[in-house]
Amino acid sequence: MSAVVHEGDRIAAATATRRRRRSGALTHAILLLGVLAVVFPIWIAVVGSTHDASTIGRGDVPLLPGAEAVENYATALTGGAGRFRSSPAALMLWNSAAMAVLIACGKISISLLSAYAVAFFSFPGRMLAFWTIFLTLMLPVEVRIIPTYQVIVDLDLFDSMAGLTVPLMASATATLLFRQFFLTVPDEVVEAAKIDGAGPLRFFRDILLPLSVTNIAALFVILFIYGWNQYLWPLLVVNDRSLETVVVGLTRMIGNGDAQNEWNVIMATAVLALLPPVAVVVVMQRWFVRGLTETEK
Amino acid sequence: MATLELSGVEKSFGATPVLHGIDLRVAEGEMIVVVGASGCGKSTLLRIVAGLEEPTAGRVRIGGRDVTALEPADRDVAMVFQNYALYPHMTVERNMAYGLRIRGLPKAEIARRVGEAAELLGIGALLGRRPRQLSGGQRQRVAMGRAIVREPALFLFDEPLSNLDARLRVQMRAEIRRLQRRLGVTSLFVTHDQTEAMTLGDRLVVMHAGHAAQVATPMEIWARPANTFVAGFIGSPSMNLLEAQLAEEGRAALLRAGPSLRFADGARPGPAGRRLLVGVRPEHLRPVAEGEGGAPLDVSLELAEPLGSESVLHGRLASGEAVTARVPGLVAGVEGALRLSIQASEAHVFDAETGARLDAVG
Repeated sequence: MSAVVHEGDRIAAATATRRRRRSGALTHAILLLGVLAVVFPIWIAVVGSTHDASTIGRGDVPLLPGAEAVENYATALTGGAGRFRSSPAALMLWNSAAMAVLIACGKISISLLSAYAVAFFSFPGRMLAFWTIFLTLMLPVEVRIIPTYQVIVDLDLFDSMAGLTVPLMASATATLLFRQFFLTVPDEVVEAAKIDGAGPLRFFRDILLPLSVTNIAALFVILFIYGWNQYLWPLLVVNDRSLETVVVGLTRMIGNGDAQNEWNVIMATAVLALLPPVAVVVVMQRWFVRGLTETEK
Repeated sequence: MATLELSGVEKSFGATPVLHGIDLRVAEGEMIVVVGASGCGKSTLLRIVAGLEEPTAGRVRIGGRDVTALEPADRDVAMVFQNYALYPHMTVERNMAYGLRIRGLPKAEIARRVGEAAELLGIGALLGRRPRQLSGGQRQRVAMGRAIVREPALFLFDEPLSNLDARLRVQMRAEIRRLQRRLGVTSLFVTHDQTEAMTLGDRLVVMHAGHAAQVATPMEIWARPANTFVAGFIGSPSMNLLEAQLAEEGRAALLRAGPSLRFADGARPGPAGRRLLVGVRPEHLRPVAEGEGGAPLDVSLELAEPLGSESVLHGRLASGEAVTARVPGLVAGVEGALRLSIQASEAHVFDAETGARLDAVG
């Protein structure tokens, strides 16, 4: 009797295991499909950047790397491509990096300070200030682009790094984020610092900033990518080729059909344009994840 | 080390009054415990002394200096918070040194003070750790250390023991008392725990609804509570308050439950029939022995709680009033009648209207 029961148990267990394995295989298949869908275009770009112009020009889409990688990347970095000879990618990458870093740092500093004011000080019109900042969330660059353009021209910031970055710095999102974080700092810690004799600036520097490090890192990653991917504003406010960013430059490389596109160099530039954001994410990932998930208290 | 003097300190939050004129003089090196139920204003009082809250009226003087308008940092006070309020990103050492670094003390002096305090508190091995890596008791010590290194005129404690488990609390309580005696720093300690209050304080301030109901030594408060609130608040289980009327010539109280209690120490003022509350601590209600004086009370027993060396009895008098008694030994039977007696010398007499203590005249 008991042997029969055991036998039955064993069969049931085996079936369960098999079922689990089968559903596991299915899960993995779906996940792999997802990964392929994401990776494939990048693979095409990477492969495309290693062939000569005529291979792609013929309309073939090679799936395996070719032998022209070094030449293509060298051309992209130093020469550029397209009918109007875009600026060399090295310069454009530098411009993009400078713009992205300036925007990210500017956004973080401004929003840290404004969040500090809104979260810790009581002054007349505090809530008004807060809601005004909040309202700008509804006004992305695209909506206010004409007045912003006018302001930049009036301030004589056209064709300058300042003109490129300053209008993108004010950030309601980051301000809100920091404010919420600041509100979680226990009152008692604030009071302990007061009794210890820390003035407002000292408290900000010694207590608040170190506590916000993970949040700052997480925001830096997001904002760097935001800055890096800017297209419309740089296109509008910069005519000087020496200030061209890589995202804008990339589209300028693609001609209007009068001449053959140098897809190999374009692909190489595109791959180069991918690398800095990826590097930022990889380097800051540890803090980034901590900043999004963990509060240190 | 300094004196602390509060005169007429009042505080309202908007239209809600929280403190109604507190006067207090704390002598040098004295440990004052402010005790009261939650919402009585005790924390607000402490925060006003610390400078974290501004009084609506009244003055605060520390060491004779009027500090009412000064910032917390300029008052030369150190505070230990309920949640310790350590800086999470700093090591223990930096936590303790932070206040000194801001004040610009030389490095060697800071190191000396931190070292001494760490040794005093037995946290020398933890100096490199962060608060997150410490247990509750260790954090408590660090918070104390942060206060000690400042060598302030005044220590302020805001319920610092209430986040610790029971055993640790008893241990830290004794430690705080020892430290305070040894350092001789004038201290103000806020708690809702009467045991803490009784054991820690040189004097207690019993707070009730924004008033200081009584300011006195622990034994004085226990032996001669100034009003029914203090009588009921200090002592566990709380004092029984029995309804009564003043007899002719004020020489006795006629208990509503039946017997009359002749005052041992003299007459109470007022007309006959004045409504009184007679307070008797549970431990002063004793089973009647042969040939004993005092007023006998017939109690119908409802519940007996044996606590080992003693039992707490809950019962009801003929008048329907509930009484609690603490008697030595174990009481077996749960139900039944019991005769307990009140000694006149152990009874407290209060006015039923105002709740104020009535002492014998002359």
